[in-house]
Amino acid sequence: MPAHPSSESHSQLTLSNVTKRFHGRAGLVTAVEDINLQVKEGEFLVLVGPSGCGKSTLLSLLAGLEQVDEGSIKLDGADVVEPGRDRLVMFQQDALFPWLDALENVLFGLRLKPGLTDAERSEAARYYLDLVGLADKERAHPHELSGGMRQRVALARSLAPNPRVLLMDEPFSALDALTRDQLYGDIQKIFTQRKKTIVLVTHNIREAVCLGDRVVLLSPNPGRIRQVFNIDLPRPRRINDPALATLAADITTALSAHLAEPKEGLV
Amino acid sequence: MKTPRALVPVVIGLLILGGWEWFVRSGRVDDVLVPAPTQIGEWFWSALRDGSLASATWVTMRRLMLGFVIGAAIGIPVGALCARSSLARDTIGVLSLGLQTLPSVCWVPVAIIAFGQNEAAVLFVVVMGTVWAVVIAVQESVLSVQPLYLRAAMTMGSRGWHLWVHVIFPAALPGIISGLKQGWAFAWRSLMAAEIFVVILSGFGLGSLLHAGRELLRMDQVVGVMLVVVGVGLLADLIFFSPIERWLRRSRGLER
Repeated sequence: MPAHPSSESHSQLTLSNVTKRFHGRAGLVTAVEDINLQVKEGEFLVLVGPSGCGKSTLLSLLAGLEQVDEGSIKLDGADVVEPGRDRLVMFQQDALFPWLDALENVLFGLRLKPGLTDAERSEAARYYLDLVGLADKERAHPHELSGGMRQRVALARSLAPNPRVLLMDEPFSALDALTRDQLYGDIQKIFTQRKKTIVLVTHNIREAVCLGDRVVLLSPNPGRIRQVFNIDLPRPRRINDPALATLAADITTALSAHLAEPKEGLV
Repeated sequence: MKTPRALVPVVIGLLILGGWEWFVRSGRVDDVLVPAPTQIGEWFWSALRDGSLASATWVTMRRLMLGFVIGAAIGIPVGALCARSSLARDTIGVLSLGLQTLPSVCWVPVAIIAFGQNEAAVLFVVVMGTVWAVVIAVQESVLSVQPLYLRAAMTMGSRGWHLWVHVIFPAALPGIISGLKQGWAFAWRSLMAAEIFVVILSGFGLGSLLHAGRELLRMDQVVGVMLVVVGVGLLADLIFFSPIERWLRRSRGLER
């Protein structure tokens, strides 16, 4: 494995006064407003909130697929202005290329990474397929795999080029509950083993508590940070753990309270 | 035991041919107007033996291949350009859409005036028949590539040429292939029109053979050549396009 370019900086990903607007049918819509956030090296941060709170927009901004209108996003001190290998994304749908088999899909990002020999690339791709438990499926095309397996391949594909940050955009929402529970376990295992910085977006509060070191609660119209929760439960966490359920209930209560608040400027 | 699937159509086909043969032989129609299957068979056999059918088929296939390859070689990059640039789409794209609806026979007078009665005229007509359908198909299939693939590829560092070769083109391939198939069908039609209308000394193709049959009032030859034309079209589909399409569908899980 190539050595991890470790940095000593305390906070790796810094969002300062980030605002993003879109042209909607009803004119200019503010998707997220004045977001200030710091993600530490090796931290698992979860952005949670109802639909319309701008959490997916925030992730697109972090990925560099969209540009901020105001404020800045910095990774290791450098401005994020375009998509890059240092921030790989797991999408809601697996986004695997149907014309490539599992191994070739994982190799796609690795082939774009300079300074590796073909042998090293193949070795890395097989290592990550093995890590997600699909070593025997390397020649299978996406349509021959189940939804859960496809998301596993997508996870391997995002991990293989060894990004600084892994961005996950509701990657579990299209899966059945059993597969999802399995993947929660896998992700936590990989997170503790590989010490990866992860930003996950979800609307599932239990999922957020199960996976996150820190859960950032966003509220909609426009998307703003309402509250930040530190989750100190020991890992590996299980989604059915009562302590976890209690914490999730607290966050849900906080969210409902925010949603019930009268909006400024509205009569 | 199950009867083979091919048996029924073969039996029905033979019955129709037999009925046709009997009908013509019974003298109810003039066999100058309606030749019997055996008469067509006789022409076919003699044309095979004197080599005229083989040479005409060869001349036609060569023109078709050349025209199709040139048409595709122009159509694919132009279609890609139209997909990429809205300026190209509003100009070349709209023009292609219009010209695609123009029956390719309409290019024959243009070709004869511009090039004269020669090989270049025929080639021009075939290329014009092919290129617009290919441009439209490539443009549409590139435009309908899932944005998610592009987003995923871009986060992994794919840009420009790499994005085209490794993501856009493979993703659009099914649409491009069906566009080529359509282009091939148009090329085939336009070539027949060209060969019937353009008298060329440089080569005697199937269309010329058809035309000669008309001038000689040889209905057996006319119908015989028509059957060969149908056969060539079917064969191209069977040995070229169908296997590619089946492979594409199977490898992407769109079949079964």
